Amino acid sequence: MNILACVKRVPLTGGRIVLTDDERAISTRHLGFTVSPHEECACEEAVRLVEQHGGSSTVLTLGPPEAEEQLRDMMAIGVERAIHLVSDGSESDPQATAAAIVSAVREQGFDLLMFGNESADAGNYQVAVRVAYALGLPVVTGVKAIAVLDGGAAVRCEQEVPGGRDVYTVPLPAVVTVKEGINLPRYPSVPGRLRAKRKPVESTVAGPVDARLEMVRLRLPSGAEKQTQVLGHGADAAPAVISVLAELGLV
Amino acid sequence: MAILVFVEDAGDELSQQAIAFGRSLAGDSDPLDAVRITNDGAGYAPAAWAHALAEVISERRPAAVVAPGSERGNEVLAHVAARLDLPMAAHCTSVALGDPAEVVRLRWGGSLLEEARIHGSPVLLTVAPHAIAADGVLDPAEIESVAASEEPADLLVRVSERVPSAVAGVSLADAEVVVSGGRGVGSAEGFVALEELASLLGGAVGCSRAVTSAGWRPHSDQVGQTGTKVSPELYIACGISGATQHLAGVKGAKKLLAINPDGEASIFASADYAVIGDLHEVVPAISAEIRKARGS
Ligand SMILES: Cc1cc2nc3c(=O)[nH]c(=O)nc-3n(C[C@H](O)[C@H](O)[C@H](O)COP(=O)(O)OP(=O)(O)OC[C@H]3O[C@@H](n4cnc5c(N)ncnc54)[C@H](O)[C@@H]3O)c2cc1C
Ligand SMILES: Cc1cc2nc3c(=O)[nH]c(=O)nc-3n(C[C@H](O)[C@H](O)[C@H](O)COP(=O)(O)OP(=O)(O)OC[C@H]3O[C@@H](n4cnc5c(N)ncnc54)[C@H](O)[C@@H]3O)c2cc1C
Repeated sequence: MNILACVKRVPLTGGRIVLTDDERAISTRHLGFTVSPHEECACEEAVRLVEQHGGSSTVLTLGPPEAEEQLRDMMAIGVERAIHLVSDGSESDPQATAAAIVSAVREQGFDLLMFGNESADAGNYQVAVRVAYALGLPVVTGVKAIAVLDGGAAVRCEQEVPGGRDVYTVPLPAVVTVKEGINLPRYPSVPGRLRAKRKPVESTVAGPVDARLEMVRLRLPSGAEKQTQVLGHGADAAPAVISVLAELGLV
Repeated sequence: MAILVFVEDAGDELSQQAIAFGRSLAGDSDPLDAVRITNDGAGYAPAAWAHALAEVISERRPAAVVAPGSERGNEVLAHVAARLDLPMAAHCTSVALGDPAEVVRLRWGGSLLEEARIHGSPVLLTVAPHAIAADGVLDPAEIESVAASEEPADLLVRVSERVPSAVAGVSLADAEVVVSGGRGVGSAEGFVALEELASLLGGAVGCSRAVTSAGWRPHSDQVGQTGTKVSPELYIACGISGATQHLAGVKGAKKLLAINPDGEASIFASADYAVIGDLHEVVPAISAEIRKARGS
């Protein structure tokens, strides 16, 4: 099976988000970068499926030159090769992103194209669905378990819903979006990281495209900081905690 | 200009919020059509639902199509957007129609807001969960039923079976009290004390991603942007630093108590109550105090 996983480079924010002066991005002066946990799980799943059923795994990103770091991270957990659609770092939109992914992968004969259920930052829940329509493939979203059936002719997918799991069986090739929890991604080993440095990255330039969903400005939600009541230090605070629990009607 | 609302399920809270959002857009002068898709008891099939909805849209040409910010609301609308080759914005908190339309939407699970323009008509959007209160303006009898498409290509992806979850104790999403642990708990065994406190309070145990990544707890216990969103009366955060992605799951909590030895931890900025200290001392002391009060 030939499997593709698509990932997006995003800043790893900590306890507080700071915006750039033009309010069009998160200030990343003190931040590292990562991909969504959903996407990391998509890569781990691709690696596991290839380990079990043979074939090869590929990771793709559309992003600035620095996004090669995220491709190497994913190759360090076992993905074999990467496709980098290199942009100038300015955002576009989900339609253009899907179109760029489609033109890069259309001729590559992937059996399974995996995405995150939604990206970590913009989260518009749609790139995978658009890719599926453009390629004429079935798409299952929010998947928490995948099993390959009939020697690779189909996949059985489970999706979490209130009260249980819904099951879908779809023929391959197909598009699947996954959620964190489908697996526990392995931690990259040192040899894994070294191997990743030598794995092939195929890069092409992605030219700017007019966005039809056009980001204008970012802002922080208001929500004033809370008045925090310090109940005490260490175990001595326990009686004060009980008073609060009683006030809230919980004991 | 008419507003069309896609109702996933008339009884569902997020669908009712979508109707309220649609109503506020339509105002008193414009018609509001609310449509749900039926498929005679056969399993949910997103492409078949979207095909039927897209046909209604093409016929009636509404100014905007509003869908609930649920998994299926987002999914069906993404299918509609792909079918009609239109832009779509997910999790909006407000919209001003026009050319272009202007929306405010959530990023990072609600930790950041984005102002965006939508160039395309009709405007397709889903409503951020709990951005607007359901106002019960529409009688279920006023919701039109439209049959899902039965074209074979639309039925390739269809729910064939529902496996019920094994119910064990209070569910995290519905718990009145959540006792949640982070990296500061230190180990899987460290959660025993949190479980004890949770059971004394009739609550559930949650955790941060640092904990699930370490394999101390299953992902079903994770609270946050890529985990469960909780809405308890009280959320007790033990050894959790307060990353924005964790807090994205706690926004529905009425009160938050944080236990952390680091007085500078960001969690305290979101806390109503603070205990500065080591959770390994504080948590058992709280449990002991509850037992003492109950005389057991
Ligand atoms: C020419 C061009 C240049 C771009 N340059 C940048 C850039 O420099 N920096 C940047 O952050 N974005 C860039 N983008 C991408 C774009 O800004 C967003 O990623 C896009 O709007 C996706 O929307 P979303 O995040 O809401 O996706 P969603 O629909 O929420 O994403 C769902 C899933 O789609 C996949 N996906 C989404 N975005 C990407 C991506 N960029 N690459 C690979 N897979 C993806 C992931 O698997 C994700 O989990 C560019 C796009 C184009 C067309
Ligand atoms: C796209 C994305 C999505 C994410 N989704 C989620 C999500 O859904 N949920 C989530 O939780 N995270 C999520 N994360 C990860 C998040 O960014 C943080 O890395 C994570 O929440 C940190 O977990 P933590 O607070 O337990 O650990 P840390 O940040 O390491 O904090 C540990 C805290 O424990 C305190 N501590 C240490 N010892 C003790 C002690 N003895 N007693 C009391 N306190 C002690 C420390 O002072 C510190 O404040 C996501 C990240 C990304 C990029």
